[in-house]
Amino acid sequence: MLKSKHLIGLENFPTSDLNKIIDTSFKFKEILEGSERKVNLLKDKTIVNMFFENSTRTKISFTLAQKRLGADSINFSSSTSSVKKGETLKDTIQNIDAMKIDGAVIRHGHPGSALKLTEYIDGAVINAGDGSHEHPTQAILDMVTLKEKFGKIKDLKVGIIGDILNSRVARSNIFALKKLGAEIVVCGPSTLLPSNAKNLGVNITYNIDEVLSWCDVVIGLRVQLERMHLGRIPSKREYHSEFGLTYERINKLKKDIVIMHPGPMNRGVEIDSKIADSENAVILDQVLNGVASRMSILYLLLADKSQKL
Amino acid sequence: MINNQNTKKLLLKGGRIIDPFSRKTFIGDLLVENGSISKIADSIPSRGKDYNIIDCEGLIVTHGFCDIHVHFREPGREDKENLESGSIAAIAGGFTQVCTMPNTDPVIDSPEHIHYIASKSKNLPVEIFPIGAVSKNLEGEHLTEMMLMKKNGAIAFTDDGMPIQNPQFMSLALRYAQMIDVPILNHSEDIYLRNDGVMNASKTSSNLGLKGNNSLAEAMMVYRDLLLATSLNARLHILHVSTKESVDLIKKFKSNDGLITSEVSPHHLYFSDEDIQEFNTNLKVGPPIRGKADRKKLIEGIKSGIIDCIATDHAPHTLEDKETTFNDAAFGLIGLESCFGAVNKVLVKNNGMSLKSLIEKLTVNPRKVMNIDRDLFEIGKKAQITILDPNQKWTFSNKDIYSKSSNSPFIGEEMIGKVKYVLSKSKFYTL
Repeated sequence: MLKSKHLIGLENFPTSDLNKIIDTSFKFKEILEGSERKVNLLKDKTIVNMFFENSTRTKISFTLAQKRLGADSINFSSSTSSVKKGETLKDTIQNIDAMKIDGAVIRHGHPGSALKLTEYIDGAVINAGDGSHEHPTQAILDMVTLKEKFGKIKDLKVGIIGDILNSRVARSNIFALKKLGAEIVVCGPSTLLPSNAKNLGVNITYNIDEVLSWCDVVIGLRVQLERMHLGRIPSKREYHSEFGLTYERINKLKKDIVIMHPGPMNRGVEIDSKIADSENAVILDQVLNGVASRMSILYLLLADKSQKL
Repeated sequence: MINNQNTKKLLLKGGRIIDPFSRKTFIGDLLVENGSISKIADSIPSRGKDYNIIDCEGLIVTHGFCDIHVHFREPGREDKENLESGSIAAIAGGFTQVCTMPNTDPVIDSPEHIHYIASKSKNLPVEIFPIGAVSKNLEGEHLTEMMLMKKNGAIAFTDDGMPIQNPQFMSLALRYAQMIDVPILNHSEDIYLRNDGVMNASKTSSNLGLKGNNSLAEAMMVYRDLLLATSLNARLHILHVSTKESVDLIKKFKSNDGLITSEVSPHHLYFSDEDIQEFNTNLKVGPPIRGKADRKKLIEGIKSGIIDCIATDHAPHTLEDKETTFNDAAFGLIGLESCFGAVNKVLVKNNGMSLKSLIEKLTVNPRKVMNIDRDLFEIGKKAQITILDPNQKWTFSNKDIYSKSSNSPFIGEEMIGKVKYVLSKSKFYTL
């Protein structure tokens, strides 16, 4: 089905696998929009969802995708587990693996934790976000949303606005968009851009209006308000004024622009409510596409060959 | 000082015109009409009675000076100085543009504060460019809203008076300022090594029993800032360089891209710490007056171009702040009115620098640091002109001071070179 056994990150992920996941996602989207939303393609498969970090939409999205596919899923969150008692990641995982599971979804605050998991587990590992490293399933659902909207991703002009330095969403999106032939400009305060941004093959600007007048689609990233306390940005007011997707900015553009946001949003900081709720925003499409994409990923990584879609 | 002479048709006749931007020097005439540069030529005939003719023979006609480092104390300590009195002191020194430091009370650390200074300065004799604080309340912890402050008129950012001690914060500040292409100006002195020194740590401080400020406190932070700024490709301006080690370090790091700049103050070029024999509190300043070897190196530094410009660090204090013991006295001295007579004497008369070169250090170079227009003699520009007698000998005294404060160590000093006339904002001042 796929060349890859796991989905850890998109940097080194085969483009053919990426395309296959995207294409298959559309089939699952059809199913989700139909009357019979449940398919039993992962019957008898057991998947553990390990969330060492808080999550709302990703966790629900994965759980729902598993239920729709008929898999048995177990949820594990660090706040109610033996991790609290001081158990190491290795021990926690080996214990879970000993219970015979087919796949694991992991979110963890540390970069590399998903890759680490592949050493201790026999089944497929899916990274649901490892620190500031990657969030590949978010990027895939974004690719599905873009393809749905534009029919193709090649040569699309994509602006990514905000905290690129600390964003796993930005990293995974940049890798995916590069593989699929899009052009990318990143924009944010200099203190929130990685020093190696040029090496990522993207252009940089500090002028949001420049990006907006250039791009077909803009991805707004969440400003982690704790960054302000670390002194990287002076205030919400300045961020909103200089880097916010404001109504005035979007309104004065003489073109349609697609607006995406991975959520959760800080309305009034990186995006105005009027924009988040506007016709241009595909933020809720992203959410439904998230379930379809994750079904596609789980199916392609875990289903027996006999289970034809 | 007499002002308000007619600038409708003002003809400056027969002076040596030095244009530090085009680097042209010639004897000629300069015509100002309605406050703007109208014509510059070898000879401009005057027709009619409405011409106000100023005989400039034997004088230098050049750009108005620009001082990128002044403390005008407003808001908060208007008893020491305010924007208006500071502006008049600036005119007396030949300056037509100044940049004010943000360490007032309250600190100039928001767009609203910048707006306040900018709007209050509109009708004053000189053009004032406010410098904003790098950190909220100069505490070195939270960046100020530099982007919004720049939009309101901030020209650069500094915590002057307070060194930015935390290197992580300095690095963030440099990066943030780089984004909007403005320099960070640091008062480089490691506060732990500086300790509570009140003068340069030297034989003199030891003889006088005064606590010493180690010159390496400056050099160490200058080195740190140079490393950070060059690795980030950010703009750094080093304020009031005072030590020989700093000059060597700047020389090592400075390249042609203009990202690293520095200034030296007249008092560091003029005095050495041995002048503090009698506990003269008007020589108490931060960074302190250093030793003779430092002074020599600073003179070399400004002559060779390692140091870009001269800035007075004009810092007014009340009599009660200075008429006390050396330990208790405030740091700082006024320097606008005495600037040219002092630096012309030290650099041109005593150390062989050319007058043209000195003028660059007071005009185009400081403007370049701050990205202010430098082509002042372009036809049509609002005139900013300073007219000097480079050879006049005079003694600086209290009557030459226009500042509200009089804490000058130059009182009683023989000066060489005097500002005779200044044209600024359509007004012509005779000194």
